[in-house]
Amino acid sequence: MTIAPAAALRPRFVLAGNPSVLWALLVLAIFTLGVSFLSEGMGVGLISTSFVKTLGKTLCLCLAAVAMDVVWGYCGILSLGHMAFFGLGGYAIGQWLMTARTTEIVAQSLAGQPLPPTPRELEQAVATQIFGVVGADEFPWIWAFSDSLGLQLLMVVLVPGLLAGLFGWLAFRSRVTGVYLSILTQGMTLALSLWLFQNDSGLRGNNGLSGLQNIPGLDGWGQATLSVAFLWGSALALALGYVLFAWLTSGRRGSVIRAIRDDEARVRFLGYGVEGTKLLVFTLTAMVTAIAGALYYPQAGIINPGEVAPLASVYLAVWVAIGGRGRLYGAALGAALVSLLSSWFTSGGVPDVPLGFATIRWTDWWTVLLGLGFVAVTLLAPKGLGGLFDLVPRRPSRRQGDWGPDDGAWRREEG
Amino acid sequence: MTTLLEVDSISVTFDGFKAINDLSLAIASTGLRAIIGPNGAGKTTFMDIVTGKTRPDRGRVLWGEGGMNLVGLSEARIARLGLGRKFQRPTVFEAQSVAENLDMALKNPRQPLRLLLARRTAADRVRVEAIAEEIGLRAHLTRRAGELSHGQKQWLEIGMLLAQDPKLLLVDEPAAGMTVAEREHTTDLLKRAARTRAVVVVEHDMEFVRRLDCRVTVLHEGRVLAEGSLDHVTADPNVIDVYLGR
Repeated sequence: MTIAPAAALRPRFVLAGNPSVLWALLVLAIFTLGVSFLSEGMGVGLISTSFVKTLGKTLCLCLAAVAMDVVWGYCGILSLGHMAFFGLGGYAIGQWLMTARTTEIVAQSLAGQPLPPTPRELEQAVATQIFGVVGADEFPWIWAFSDSLGLQLLMVVLVPGLLAGLFGWLAFRSRVTGVYLSILTQGMTLALSLWLFQNDSGLRGNNGLSGLQNIPGLDGWGQATLSVAFLWGSALALALGYVLFAWLTSGRRGSVIRAIRDDEARVRFLGYGVEGTKLLVFTLTAMVTAIAGALYYPQAGIINPGEVAPLASVYLAVWVAIGGRGRLYGAALGAALVSLLSSWFTSGGVPDVPLGFATIRWTDWWTVLLGLGFVAVTLLAPKGLGGLFDLVPRRPSRRQGDWGPDDGAWRREEG
Repeated sequence: MTTLLEVDSISVTFDGFKAINDLSLAIASTGLRAIIGPNGAGKTTFMDIVTGKTRPDRGRVLWGEGGMNLVGLSEARIARLGLGRKFQRPTVFEAQSVAENLDMALKNPRQPLRLLLARRTAADRVRVEAIAEEIGLRAHLTRRAGELSHGQKQWLEIGMLLAQDPKLLLVDEPAAGMTVAEREHTTDLLKRAARTRAVVVVEHDMEFVRRLDCRVTVLHEGRVLAEGSLDHVTADPNVIDVYLGR
């Protein structure tokens, strides 16, 4: 007996069993506190409010990427539609933000009139204000709960959860897997985006929802303070999501989830309901992605149907691939790095390169660079950026039991 | 002796080819049974039908004392009823440790929500160690299954079957690609397992079947050609004609 077998399955607290979770949370905490300290809203003002918002949005994208990593990197479902759930979360919170904000403004402007407006008049005025751009003056039925923050927050998880549950149930039950499933998920997000583009979808067509950066009831805060508050909210959501997914991918359930990725048919013969487990993972990650979206769009200020275009979900997969599938911090790292680089390149922050015969404008060439980077990572570092952490030398683990006298067994000097 | 599994006149056709043609056979609740036959005799299709992977065009597969019909049930459901299957090519989860592989196979609640909240108990660990001891992999529990030798992977898969604690074990060519010593270990494992449950071995290799020393069913063109002791079936002129004579 050269290795103490009892240690092989010793149940450990998720955090203790997986030190990378603690490291990730520590880095996140330091990052959040550091940015707050340097921000205009709460600190010395070295980081502009708009950049604080960019960082807060990046944390939301990290959360979406971590969820994507669970569904793809751990469970083997290459969903190219998870940004649809992200967008739905954004729309759901946007409905409340727009309704409440517009009600405030309309009530204010009507306050000067000799007769106070009836509730019906107020509602109609608000509806005209919101839906005038698409030629409507009534609240569509999907806005039924938009005057209640609580119900609309419920919609943030419920609507994407139901869509993911229905889609997953139909797809997994028919045993659609691999590239066919990926194509179906692209179809889902494309259909959703096309529907949202229609004026009579009830969600303002291609205008989308706007003015989401103004949080009703918090007018006194100002954008500088709000940006830091949302940074904290996003960091907290990322931390909770990270721990949730670290738990989900640990122990026997994690074992089965990874087994489904590697050989789904074999898992069936072990007696596990593969479809149910996949549905659970798909739906849960969709709901967490939706929460990330609900935190993202108030920081972005605007959401339109273009946000749920098929390309957005492809980018999400690219981030996870570059960061490293099958490890949560890799996904978060990939999303943060690539999305920040992307906004740097596309915002004109990088100087153009004159070549004499042509000029490389990064706003146009960034996607080429990203594509090359994707190919390079796939070929040169299949484990992604997260794989670099494997190069960190590890302290040999402390072992139990006797030091073996046999050849090749552990010697005292090694321990 | 009670009957555990009764295959009742099943037939299945793939693109006009009759893979199984009105096949009937019964398996007792304990003991070993070998199924032999030339390539294309329908051995693997038979296992596919019993485990729910393939649906027969006609016929019934009756299970247990109640005579429950397995046709139409999902693979996972049939596995939960107590039917374990070992594939020809060793299929273990190579990215995971030997211990994780065994732990996954342990007889525990398998519904998605129960699995979600499952904890590995001390009893589970004891069981995993006992099975690892039995299959001779106790020293390798923390190794990744992908690092094991071919024979060790075969044993790990048999160990996973034992962990499932099935009533019936269907084993497809367990000795393929094994050394003589590994074969002996495998034979012992299967014989020990057959003391408390039914074990059906689908095999190609006559020497290995002889070592199992059990009742033999010969399949040919999707139906039973002969059944009895190995000496009995090898003396059968039909068997000699289609299989051994070649």
